[in-house]
Amino acid sequence: MSDKIEISFTVNGEERTIAVEPRRTLADALREDCGLTGTHLGCEHGVCGACTVLLDDAPVRSCLMFAVQAEGAKLRTIEGLADGDKLHPLQQAFWDHHGLQCGFCTPGFLMLAVGVLERDPHIGAAELREALSSNLCRCTGYQNILKSVLAAAAVMRK
Amino acid sequence: MKWVGRRLPRYEDPVLLQGDGRYTADLARGARIMRFVRSPIARGRILGIAAPPGATIITAADLGDVKPLCPRLLRPDFVPIAQPVLATGRVTFVGEAIAAVIADSAAEAEDIAELVEVEFDAETPVVSLDQALAPGAPLVHHAARDNTVIDTGLDVGEVAAGFAAAHAIVEFTFVSSRQSAMPLEARGALASFDSATGRVTLTVSAQTPHIIRTSVADALGIPESDLRVIAPDVGGGFGQKMPVIPEHVVSVWAARRFRCAVAWIEDRLENLTASFHSRDQRLNLRGAFAADGKLLALDADILCNIGAYGNVPVTAAVEPLMAMTEMPGPYVVRAYRVRARGITTNTCPMAPYRGVSRPAITTAMERLMDSAASRLGLDALEVRRRNLIASFPYTSVTGMVQDPGTYREAMNEAAEMVDVAKFRARQQAARAEGRYLGIGFSVFAERTGYGTPAFAARKMEMTPGWERVELAMDPSGFVEARIGASPHGQGLKTTLAQLLADEIGIAPDRIRVISGDTDRTPYGWGTFASRSAVIAGGACKLAGAKLRERLKEVAAQTLEAAASDIEIGDGRATVRGTDLGVGVAQLARAAYHESHRFPAIVETGLSAVATYDPAGTFSNACHVGIVEVDIATGQVKIERFVVVEDAGILINPTIVEGQIHGGVAQGIANALYEQIVYDEGGNILTGSLADYLAPTMAEIPNVEIHHLETITDASITGVKGVGEGGAIGAPGAVLNAVTDALRPFGVEIYEMPITPQRIMQLLRDCPSPPS
Repeated sequence: MSDKIEISFTVNGEERTIAVEPRRTLADALREDCGLTGTHLGCEHGVCGACTVLLDDAPVRSCLMFAVQAEGAKLRTIEGLADGDKLHPLQQAFWDHHGLQCGFCTPGFLMLAVGVLERDPHIGAAELREALSSNLCRCTGYQNILKSVLAAAAVMRK
Repeated sequence: MKWVGRRLPRYEDPVLLQGDGRYTADLARGARIMRFVRSPIARGRILGIAAPPGATIITAADLGDVKPLCPRLLRPDFVPIAQPVLATGRVTFVGEAIAAVIADSAAEAEDIAELVEVEFDAETPVVSLDQALAPGAPLVHHAARDNTVIDTGLDVGEVAAGFAAAHAIVEFTFVSSRQSAMPLEARGALASFDSATGRVTLTVSAQTPHIIRTSVADALGIPESDLRVIAPDVGGGFGQKMPVIPEHVVSVWAARRFRCAVAWIEDRLENLTASFHSRDQRLNLRGAFAADGKLLALDADILCNIGAYGNVPVTAAVEPLMAMTEMPGPYVVRAYRVRARGITTNTCPMAPYRGVSRPAITTAMERLMDSAASRLGLDALEVRRRNLIASFPYTSVTGMVQDPGTYREAMNEAAEMVDVAKFRARQQAARAEGRYLGIGFSVFAERTGYGTPAFAARKMEMTPGWERVELAMDPSGFVEARIGASPHGQGLKTTLAQLLADEIGIAPDRIRVISGDTDRTPYGWGTFASRSAVIAGGACKLAGAKLRERLKEVAAQTLEAAASDIEIGDGRATVRGTDLGVGVAQLARAAYHESHRFPAIVETGLSAVATYDPAGTFSNACHVGIVEVDIATGQVKIERFVVVEDAGILINPTIVEGQIHGGVAQGIANALYEQIVYDEGGNILTGSLADYLAPTMAEIPNVEIHHLETITDASITGVKGVGEGGAIGAPGAVLNAVTDALRPFGVEIYEMPITPQRIMQLLRDCPSPPS
C-alpha cells in the first residue's frame, strides 16, 4: 500500500502538492500531510460532519472523500476562515452567542454554515435548521448554534 | 465593577473558533500509532494469538507484572473485579482489548491489527439482566456469585404500615435502556517518552488527569513523578472520560518499552462498543399513596446491568448506589425500602454518564407521580405539591441533607409559563381533529458539588472530594490560577476568572486559569458530578480573598495607610475615603522587586493556596415538555420545552444556560432516540452513528429557561452545580408528555427510549387501541 500518488490542490488560497496513498482520505491528508488539524474527525463514516470542509465552495465530508478526488480542487478549511486577526462573521457570532462548548464540532459547523450562507444568505430559519441538521453537536443542544448562524446571516447580508 | 453575574463571552473560544484547538489527536502527529486488537466475541477462552511476521505486538504475556485495574469499595457487600489491561486467558465482552500493535501510521497499524489471528474457545455469553440472574447462569467472574457485584439495601421507617394504610398502591417496572455518552471526540492517549529525563508525558482526552497519573503509575509500579499527565483540549466527556482505562496503561508501558512516542486514537466503532456505556437499569417501584395523594411509603428494587468490569475510581457500584440513595429526590419520603444490585454481564462496562442514575430514577419517580394522580383521580401537579419538600434543610430518609431550594416554586412557575388550563383546552380541540398533544412535568433536586464526605459514605478506596487552587500574581499584575479540576467544554476558565476577578479586585482578562496538567496544577480530582463551579469555585473564592489581603498589605505600606483601610477594585488599591490610590500592577512589581519593603508578605509573596471541600448543595428544577404524537407513525415531536431551575447564584448565566440546553438535548435523546442494542451473542448492533441515533438540530427544540435563585450557606459562593440537571429532568418530562398524549388509548409508558416502533407496539397492545 505504499505506492503514493502526487496530487495538487489549493488550501485556503495556498497551492499544495502532496504525495498520498490512494486510500488516504481527504480529512487525513489535510490533517496529516498539510498539518491542518482544525478539521476534526468524529466518526469517519460520514454522519457527524465534524470533518466538513468546503470543496469548490460546497460543504463536503472530508472523511468520505479520498484525497486523490480533490486533485485540482479549491479547498477551504477552518484555518482560512478568519481574515488575519479579524474573525469571520460566523466565528464572531459563535463567540457572541455561546455557539460552542467543547469546540470539537465547531470547525465542521462553521464550514457547513459558511457554505450554506454563501449559497443563500437569505435562507429562512426553518431551511437553515434543516441544513444544519447535517452535523452533530453533543454539547450545545444546538439552540445557540442556530442563534449564532442566524445572527451571522444578518451580518453577511449587509 | 462586579464580574459575577455577567454574560461574558468565553475566553476559551477564539482559539477553538479558528481551528487552533489542540485535541489529543492533533498533538499525535509524528508519533507511532497503536491499534488495539479487540475481542470479536463476548465470552470465551483465548487459545492462541498469532501476529504476522515482523509486527510489533503487545499481549498480556509481554506486560509482566503490570497490575490490573481494580476499583474497590471497602465494604463487605461489594465484590471487587480486577480488569487485566490486556485480556489474559479469557475475554469477557465484545471490544475487550486483547493485544496492541504499533506501526508508523494509523493505516499500517489497522492493516497489521487485522492480520493478528486470535483463536478462541467461544462460550455462550450472559448479556441481559434476566440471563445473568437466571438460576444456574454461567458466572461472568468466579468471584461474583450470582453475577452480583453489589447487593445492598435499606429499610427505613414504617414501610409495611404505609402499604397497609394505602388508598392506592401504584406499581410498575421501569426500563432504562443502555446509552453511550458519545462525546464527539472519541477517547485517545499519546504517551511520549523523554530520554533525557526518563519521564513519560501522557496526553489524554480525559476529565481526571491526576487520578489517571496515580492509577497508571500504580499499575506500572513507577513513581508518579515519572509520569506527567496532560488533558489538552477535550472534545466533551460527560463522564465517559472520567475513568482510568487499560489503554492509558498500555500506552505508557509501550512508550517506556520502545522509548518513543505512541498514540492511540479511538475510532467511533471502538467508542460505541468498547469505551463505556451507561443507564442499563430496571427499576421496580411500588408507591403507597393516601387518598389525598400523599406518598406514605416507597419500595424500590433496583437492578443495574454494570457490564463486564468496573471503572476507576467510582467502581461498578456507582449506578446502583446512587439510585438507592437519591431515589426519593425532591419528595418527602419517610418510609423507604430498597434493594439495589449491580449485575455483571458479558457486555461493555458502565461508567458515569451525565446524571448517572438520576435520569432513570427521576423519570421513574415522575411517572409514579403521574400514575398515582391518574389512579386517584387527582391533578398530577397537586399530587406533587402535596409531596414536595418545602421545609429546609431537609434530611432525607437516606441521610442526605438537602439545603434550601425552590422545589414547589419552580413547579408553580413552570405551570404558569405553559398555562396548563389553556393547554388542556387546546389538547381537547386537537383530539377532536385526531391530533394527540400531551404535556409532561418533571421535578427534581440534584445533589451537586459534593466533596469528600459523600464519596467517603460510599466507602471508595480512592475517595475524591476536595479541590485546590494555587494563585500566583506575577510582577506584571496578572494572575495564574492553577486548578486541580479539569474542564472539557464547560467554560470553567471563564467562570472562575469572573469569580476570581471580584474576589481579588482585578479584571478577569488579567487572570489565566491553568488546568489539565499534572506538572502545572495542584493535585485534584477533575471535572465531573456537577462539581467544578461549586468546589473549584469555592477554593478560588478562599484563595482570592487571601491574595487580596496580601495585596492590601503591600498597598498599605505603599500608601502609608492601615491595611484595614485599603479597598481593591477595578485593578486599583485605594485608601477608603481618600483619593489616594495605586494600580495593582504597580503593587505587584513592588512586591517582587522591592520585597525588603514588605515584611508582611515575605513568606508568601503574591501567592495563595486554598482548598474547599463542601458537603454538597442541591440545585433543583422543573422541566415541562409539550409534545405531539403521530399515532399513525409513532413519531414524537416536541413542540415546546420549558425549564425553571434554581442553581443559586449564576456566575455567567449564558454558560449556565448552555449547560442546560446541552443537558436537555441529551435527556431528550435518552427519552426518545438513543439505545445501545446487543444481540443474543453479545454483539453490538449499534456500532456506528448511523445506528446509534444521536439527535440533530432537526429533533431538538429550543429550550425556554427561567432562573430562580436560592442562596444557601451550603456553598460559600452561593453557587449550586448545574452541569447534569438538564439530562436528569428532561426524560421524565418527555415520557410524561407522551403518556399524556396517548391517554385516550390508556397507554402507560414505563421505558426509555420510547421509539416510534415501541409506541406503535404499545398502541396495538393497549386497552383501547385507535381504530
